[in-house]
Amino acid sequence: MPVMNIIEAINNTLHQAMEENEDIVVFGEDVGYFGGVFRATVGLQEKFGEMRCFDTPICEQGIIGFALGMSNYGMKPVPEIQFADYMFPAYDQIVNEVAKTRYRTGGKWQASMVIRTPYGGGIHGGHYHSQSPEAQYLHTPGIKLVIPSDPYETKGLLHSALQEDDPVIFLEPKRIYRASKAEVPEEKYLIPLGKARIAREGSDLTLIGYGAQHHENMKAAEQASHEGIDVEVLDLRTLNPVDVEAIENSVKKTGRCVVAHEAPLTMGYGAELSAMIMERCFLHLEAPVYRCAGFDTPFSNAHEHDYMPNSPRVLKGIRDTVDY
Amino acid sequence: MKSMKPIETLSYLDPEGNLPKGYKHEISDETLIRMYQVMQFTKRLDERMITLQRQGQVNFAMSSRGEEGCIVASAAALEQCDWIYPQYREQASIFWRGMSAQDYLHHMFLNEKDDSKGRQMANHFGRRELNVMTVSSTLATQIPHAAGCAYAMKISGKKEVALCYFGEGAASEGDFHGALNFGAVRKVPAIFFCRNNKWAISTPIEAQYSGDGIAPRAPGYGIDFFRVDGNDVFAVYEATKKAREMCLNNEGPILIEAMTYRLGAHSTADDPTKYRPEGELTEWSPKGPIVRLGNYLKKKKLWSEKKDKEFLESAYEEIEEAIKIARDTPKPGIESMFQDIYSDIPWNLREQRDFLNQFREEEGH
Repeated sequence: MPVMNIIEAINNTLHQAMEENEDIVVFGEDVGYFGGVFRATVGLQEKFGEMRCFDTPICEQGIIGFALGMSNYGMKPVPEIQFADYMFPAYDQIVNEVAKTRYRTGGKWQASMVIRTPYGGGIHGGHYHSQSPEAQYLHTPGIKLVIPSDPYETKGLLHSALQEDDPVIFLEPKRIYRASKAEVPEEKYLIPLGKARIAREGSDLTLIGYGAQHHENMKAAEQASHEGIDVEVLDLRTLNPVDVEAIENSVKKTGRCVVAHEAPLTMGYGAELSAMIMERCFLHLEAPVYRCAGFDTPFSNAHEHDYMPNSPRVLKGIRDTVDY
Repeated sequence: MKSMKPIETLSYLDPEGNLPKGYKHEISDETLIRMYQVMQFTKRLDERMITLQRQGQVNFAMSSRGEEGCIVASAAALEQCDWIYPQYREQASIFWRGMSAQDYLHHMFLNEKDDSKGRQMANHFGRRELNVMTVSSTLATQIPHAAGCAYAMKISGKKEVALCYFGEGAASEGDFHGALNFGAVRKVPAIFFCRNNKWAISTPIEAQYSGDGIAPRAPGYGIDFFRVDGNDVFAVYEATKKAREMCLNNEGPILIEAMTYRLGAHSTADDPTKYRPEGELTEWSPKGPIVRLGNYLKKKKLWSEKKDKEFLESAYEEIEEAIKIARDTPKPGIESMFQDIYSDIPWNLREQRDFLNQFREEEGH
């Protein structure tokens, strides 16, 4: 079985999907001839032609609006936004148009597309190449949102996203684009959306995360095990629809929970998870749900290390929750 | 260079209904009569919707008075397979395509027979079967959709175009720029149709742009354009027909600027007496598209005062009957609130739907 990194897994998936489905069209800034600034779309233009894989002008609202029109007509656009930080010019198109097309047309038109974009910190990108904007899109009914954590997950989830009738935002953990490597089957396989993964079984505490953060969580869980704390680690994979059953089962079993993400603490996804767990598992909880997140600051480049909820901070969260 | 020479406006039909000597048009008498009827019908319906809103029977209405000509003539120059992306003031285009008064009224009353299942504001029409996209309130967002739709038509090898309507105010939005630039670069078969009606709610064109309107922006994108008298159905039809041919000949996209005038209010939530300078209505009313085409048809003996009267009476009856039926048609069931958000209903929506059903039962709804 070949070993791939996340970029290679994306590229491999797009090649397979475009081969299989003629309606798939891939485009974005520098996506065509060059193959993307992170090289995720390398070789697609050469193989499938300039009509199906092309460079666009630099205009994110144009990219998403153009994609929506194609989708209305029945095609399957896969637009790339170069960095998640640059989705905001397209925010109106995503929130008011893409997300609401099916609803406002009484189900007569669709907005099926996969918006791929790299997110997250840890690459010394400062304010505008580091953000984790998932919560901004999770508060909008009509969109599904997926964040894979490694190459195997990436391929299975991206294939599933490409088969969805609904619009999917696919946030890619760029910090581990190349650092994360795994054996990835050459043939197509699907990982269903809306299903979380228990990456590590445990009985004392449930640790929930996704994307690049998942690896920090795994490290912290390993360290906690040396202190006699048996942590169960959940990799959410899909943030909307979230696998509430997996969360509920795990937290009811362990009675303790830490949620961790890079995005700022306040109004972050951890807040929603915390509320959800409080409502569903209240009588099973031995301690409040602990949120380990980025701080409520913009992304200061010089202080990136201290901003990130790295494994030592996650470990502190685990200890504090166990000792509550 | 600060300015270019002002762009001329293509115009044939004068207010008295005369065409220049020697001018030959390609529009059949039958089509001209139907255009006139759809314009009259739209005007009649618009007026009735405003009174219905005043009576509190519908929530909202938007009149297209004064602009019926450019809307009907452009729609008439298309084929039924072409897609229309309206802004919101283009009811006449969907009537041209065949939407009945009844279907329109079902929408206006937001009842269970409304295509949008009562979820939209009133006057946000659309119909998949007629290739008319449902209106969205956000301005200019539909322009890049038309560009993308046209691109999909092109790569599917179809002989179809997408036409997008918008106002001169919406052309200030970033989406206008994105759409024209994307359309130009990808050479899509799209017609970007600007109704320059001089007013964006209360904002006059002087506060909207300082150049010579919208048309001169086209050369900046490297695309062709037409500026036409929007109240002259002959000029609008000719330009749109030509634009369609150019699109299918891979010479698209095309920008059309139709110079017209909004004779009515922006919407039923607006009062133009607060901002419209005196004299504008007096100046523009006689130049309206219905008067002009009516004069032409009457001179050609294709129409008469008597036919006008009969047509308006029958339109009145059709509309009144449609109102009665739409008013008596039930509102959409509560379950439809939770449908069509996704292709299936996820667990959270199922939970919320069940909660609401139980709550309504307990409260005796």
